[in-house]
Amino acid sequence: MGVRFHVNGSAREFDGDGEMPLLWYLRDHAGLTGTKYGCGRGLCGACTVLLDGQPLRSCVLPVSAAAGRSITTIEGLADGERLHPVQQAWLDEDVAQCGYCQAGQVLATVALLERNPEPGDADIESITNLCRCGTYVRIRRAIARAAKGMRK
Amino acid sequence: MSVAGLPVTRRGFLQASLTASGGLLLAPAVGFGAEGGPPNPLGLYLRIEPDNRIHIGARSPEIGQGVRTSLPMILADELDVDWSQVTVEQLPLGIDFSGPTPQWRYGPQGAGGSTSIPGAWNDLRQVGAQARWLMRAAAAQRWGVPLDEVTTARGHALHGGRRLPYGELVALAATLALPSGPVPVKKPEEYRIIGRPQPVTDAREIVTGRARYGIDVSEPGAHVAVLLRCPYFDGGIARYDDRAARAVPGVRAVVVVPGPKPDEPIAANLATGIAVVADDTWSALKGRRALEVEWTRGPFAGESSAALDAQCARLLAGRGQVVRDDGDFDAAREAATKVFSARYRVPFVNHAPLEPQNAFVHVQDGRARVVAPVQQPAGAQRAVHLVTGIPRDAISVEMTRVGGGFGRRLTSDYVAEAALVSKATGWPIKLLWTREDDMQHDFFRPFGHHELTATLDADGRVSGWTQRLASASKHYRRPNQRPEDLWRPELYPDDFPSGLVPNYRLEWLAVNSGIPRGSWRAPAHTANAFVIQSFLDELAHESGQDPLALRLAMLGEDRVLDYSGHGGPTFSTGRLRGVLERVADAIGWGRRMPAGRGLGIACHFTFGGYAAHAMDIEVGRDGALRFHRVVCAIDCGRPVNPLGIRAQMEGGTIDGLSTALNLEITIDGGRVRETNFDGYPLAMLAQMPSDVEVIIVDSAEDPAGCGEMGIPTAAPALTNAIFAARGVRIRDLPLRSQLADALRKSS
Repeated sequence: MGVRFHVNGSAREFDGDGEMPLLWYLRDHAGLTGTKYGCGRGLCGACTVLLDGQPLRSCVLPVSAAAGRSITTIEGLADGERLHPVQQAWLDEDVAQCGYCQAGQVLATVALLERNPEPGDADIESITNLCRCGTYVRIRRAIARAAKGMRK
Repeated sequence: MSVAGLPVTRRGFLQASLTASGGLLLAPAVGFGAEGGPPNPLGLYLRIEPDNRIHIGARSPEIGQGVRTSLPMILADELDVDWSQVTVEQLPLGIDFSGPTPQWRYGPQGAGGSTSIPGAWNDLRQVGAQARWLMRAAAAQRWGVPLDEVTTARGHALHGGRRLPYGELVALAATLALPSGPVPVKKPEEYRIIGRPQPVTDAREIVTGRARYGIDVSEPGAHVAVLLRCPYFDGGIARYDDRAARAVPGVRAVVVVPGPKPDEPIAANLATGIAVVADDTWSALKGRRALEVEWTRGPFAGESSAALDAQCARLLAGRGQVVRDDGDFDAAREAATKVFSARYRVPFVNHAPLEPQNAFVHVQDGRARVVAPVQQPAGAQRAVHLVTGIPRDAISVEMTRVGGGFGRRLTSDYVAEAALVSKATGWPIKLLWTREDDMQHDFFRPFGHHELTATLDADGRVSGWTQRLASASKHYRRPNQRPEDLWRPELYPDDFPSGLVPNYRLEWLAVNSGIPRGSWRAPAHTANAFVIQSFLDELAHESGQDPLALRLAMLGEDRVLDYSGHGGPTFSTGRLRGVLERVADAIGWGRRMPAGRGLGIACHFTFGGYAAHAMDIEVGRDGALRFHRVVCAIDCGRPVNPLGIRAQMEGGTIDGLSTALNLEITIDGGRVRETNFDGYPLAMLAQMPSDVEVIIVDSAEDPAGCGEMGIPTAAPALTNAIFAARGVRIRDLPLRSQLADALRKSS
């Protein structure tokens, strides 16, 4: 009996090793490579996905723990070609350098703005996703821009 | 084997032809002929389609420095098209081996030393200009008018009131001969793309998860390989048992991957290891965990950070190799009214790109295919050749987007590993390094102890200067390495203030260490800018001078000095003064600061670019840092993409601060102690300044790169500001708890 859950709105079932981290299920078995591996210990946030809307580091969650839950990865954030306001803010602020961490940064921001549409500095600073290129200045601006855009 | 540069002035530089889809293809003629065509449909500089889409080949690896945007901008501007018409396509490695010496097909392909822009400036403009010339010639023929009456704008040829899109001219253009030599390029006032901010080409793919990195590459039949590498420098396998590993479901093979022998040059893989090959990543990781291995500890088992510090202290008590010696420093010391000396320590650091090392390699039937995140695709090809014996012209290398480079991927050791495993198994191999692998096995930025001494004459002028450095050279086990040249990557003999102090001496002392070393973003500039700019600050305070005024006095009047190292051949004191004055003005240098607040300043010349930082920071009584303002200025010649330059300076500043505040690789028992980001804490957003103000100097000089200029001055501007705020001098990086400890002691 496999594990059943939803990924980006589609029902999925996985009957492999339930201890496999969700990250490797998504990348190796669901073909969703937008979720990135960075540290394997929940330290960097490159693998951030939304689990029932909550940000989660998928490298440390066994896939069995996702049973019955609904997962959103970066591939499932836009509505077809229409980008999520956070994605659009990332383009408008030209945030990415190498870009590797940005899927995780975008999803962490989506979750932040869901629970707090008007985040202050301290709220923004609660995002602990690492960016090795140092795009933090533009991430701050993009979060502020997205928050403003979503309140309209 | 060296590869000759693209022969810009050579006849027949470009070749025009029609593609199957009816587009015009312009590609370098070099390397064509043997097989009758380009190696693959993306193997182009430029393709103009009948619908007027312009496809521009990106030849350099994109590691986050923005060259997939900035290099095509140069070509597009000369072609005189709208940037919105342009699609950028990644070129594979293109080296033509048919002649007596290998030739680049598309020009140099590498990412390192901030060379992409200066290396491309002339030849990409020429490619664009020749293509535009061809469009004008085709239009002139179509309309029966003289060539010099045809102009262009936004991807159209124009004459009188007539206009034709380039796309409608491609069939005719393909029949015309290209000009026999270089054609005139635009005057700067004609630029429509160069100098205007353009966002990152692949931004949409990045935020939707569609951008393809090396780690994302796979194909049917591919197996995942992870290696358990010997953690001891130059250690090896004493014995191992792989029965439990092989029993893990999904594990298909276990392969021993021999590393280089002690003292042998390192040209391929870095360390001995055992590869576990499996159906997917999780099975491979589980299999690796089940390996039982006993390592031999190798010749450096006694090495530790403390032992290296002691070695440096011993070395500095003796004499080293004098590598520059102007005037007579000893006489200056005798005559000085004041002599001041200080020692600094700069630690080993890891590159830590967020995408760990990985490579896709398939060795099959005497050929190899490589798809990988690399900074030197030609080096990847060479490494695969070395470990497989496959001729280089039978090894293809495709470049993915790269999740950070920072110099780590100048070496292709991980590509060699994947090739060895593919060769042993016959399967396409997706090799993955875990973060722990990446933290422990790197070509680390060298550490060193620096002793600086300056002498002041009766007027407070700096009459003598020495820098004595004990370090483990970055040139680590390179082939054909001469011991007498090991200092070269450690001390750049023409760096400020050499040439400006009459009695000036540089001395290097070789540290013996087994830890692998290599190039880390802005290599020795990170260490040397920190110690030189810190020491200048100390000297100013010691002699009652203003730190800015002392720097300006030493720079003196504007003049151009010889600069023999990378970034030369000249160094302009005026351009360095220019960035220094700009940040000083912006930060309000000299204003009175409240208690606990301080201003710090630093400037440096890095690889052809001039940069300065000024910071306004607050240091709490507990040592807590708060950035009020961070300002930097960059003079990298004519700005090609201001938005990209700004990004590099913002990111470089944060890289410099994160490294100075937090990061150190330590050694214990002949191996690296840190394993992941808990012990190697890259700064998070909360720890970093909320803004980095960037001043770009408007220059008409030929452009330099800008990927490395933002780092070297960040650390000394910070530590100088800390001193101004609280009187605590930081001479040992990283900062970590030093500030809190010092303030606790002094209170």
